[in-house]
Amino acid sequence: MAIHRGRGFAAINYPIGMNLGGDPSQALVHSNPDGKFTVALSAIDLGQGMKSVCRQIAAETLGVPVEDVYVDTADSDTGPHDMGSFASRGTHRMGNAVIRASAEAREVMLEAAAEELEVDPGDLMTDGKGNIHVRGAPSRTITVMAAAQAAQFRQGRTIAGRGIFLIPLSDVDPDTGEMSPVTTFAHAAMLVTVEVCDETGEVTVTDMQSAYEVGRALNPRLVEQQLRGGAWMGMSHAAWETTEPYYPARDHGPVDFNSYIMPGPGDLAPHHISVLERPAEDGPYGGKGPGEMCANPVLPAVVNAVYDAVGVRIDELPVTPEKVLRGLRALGGAKPRQRL
Amino acid sequence: MTFKPISFTLNGSSKAAFATEGQNLLDFLRRAVGDLSPKYGCGQGTCGACTVMIDNVPQLACLVLAESVEGRAVNTAAGLANGPRLDPLQEAFMERFAAQCGYCTAGMLVAARALLDANPRPSREEVIEGISGNLCRCTGYEPIIDAILDVAEGRVQA
Ligand code: FES
Ligand code: FES
Repeated sequence: MAIHRGRGFAAINYPIGMNLGGDPSQALVHSNPDGKFTVALSAIDLGQGMKSVCRQIAAETLGVPVEDVYVDTADSDTGPHDMGSFASRGTHRMGNAVIRASAEAREVMLEAAAEELEVDPGDLMTDGKGNIHVRGAPSRTITVMAAAQAAQFRQGRTIAGRGIFLIPLSDVDPDTGEMSPVTTFAHAAMLVTVEVCDETGEVTVTDMQSAYEVGRALNPRLVEQQLRGGAWMGMSHAAWETTEPYYPARDHGPVDFNSYIMPGPGDLAPHHISVLERPAEDGPYGGKGPGEMCANPVLPAVVNAVYDAVGVRIDELPVTPEKVLRGLRALGGAKPRQRL
Repeated sequence: MTFKPISFTLNGSSKAAFATEGQNLLDFLRRAVGDLSPKYGCGQGTCGACTVMIDNVPQLACLVLAESVEGRAVNTAAGLANGPRLDPLQEAFMERFAAQCGYCTAGMLVAARALLDANPRPSREEVIEGISGNLCRCTGYEPIIDAILDVAEGRVQA
């Protein structure tokens, strides 16, 4: 028996949002009389950080402190319509809708403040700390809260905004097949090292080095948590998880966590991550979002690494010991690529 | 259906509630007592989401009969914080972004608390061993291990 070490590389382009577009997101933003803002969305945060990012985007656009924004995703029955949290579309689609809704609300907020200060709304600016003041005359100032209260109780004005982001559905040209599948791609490159045991067929990922290009990382810590967890899932999909039975009959398939196996805390590979920031032209503040792409490069990289290690080319996932052993048998033993 | 009164201590306060016959502790805590912190992941002892402490020993609540906690002390993730003061593990989990969907988090925290109570300075390997019964789908475990080590090695204070 011998352990063979191999390295594999993969690079991917990953489309942001639904292919061919036509997947709208809506956002509604309104102020409360205490000068705090609520952003209503129907897209759900599954733990990826969508609420945090939309909160940051709303605060930035409104020009108020992030603490003064509450993102409400409570109910898709009553909230504004959204296609949902999938296709790595959250930051891009919802973020853009939030920018539009917040910009509209900001306009009304400045009109309300202008009426109180008896100036032109165009001369006003926000300091991001909860104050609105006249450009060049910081002493002529009103708090966002006072402006919101004036709007509510004196002026009878609604500080609110509507936003929708829609990339129109792209038709496919019947003659040429030409279409515009996506407006934005994210990218990733991954280098993995594996060890393959030629007696048991077991594949162990021992190292991952990656570079991910995600547009602007609007929240770098959330980006990192996505990439780290997602790459773990990619490793799991590459070499562990399968709904296929271990024996020919379907009822030998895994039905619980005893037989549907994922890498545990003792099976991790060190993962060195580099994030490349290249703000996207149509992204909210340049963001695209890591999304599903976190997991994707790991799978082809692992398959390539197995080929490098023992010369077995596997084209069906996951890379199970059985497939490796069958490949080794067909090959007449391990043929590390360096020795081919 | 027969109901059986159970008196026990939950996170330091005495509690009494009715358990149905054969009800497991997870179901009892969530439905009869109203402590929603332990989670149902698998109901068969393979995911760790329901981890609680019974007399300071970590147990899978889905595998424990509710009746068996009569007179005993149960601790759940809901009891980790002391008023506004979080357990250092909770601080460290936040600092390290060790939760995403959060479904595993309550069980992870209880498993980690049990580990540190028994062994305040665990090695990385001992931390891995301590949470090896708890599945996490989101984080890739690394941030969770780092968070527990931050507390063990004194980088996070209460
Ligand atoms: S619910 Fe108890 S271990 Fe999964
Ligand atoms: S944070 Fe989602 S399962 Fe652990």
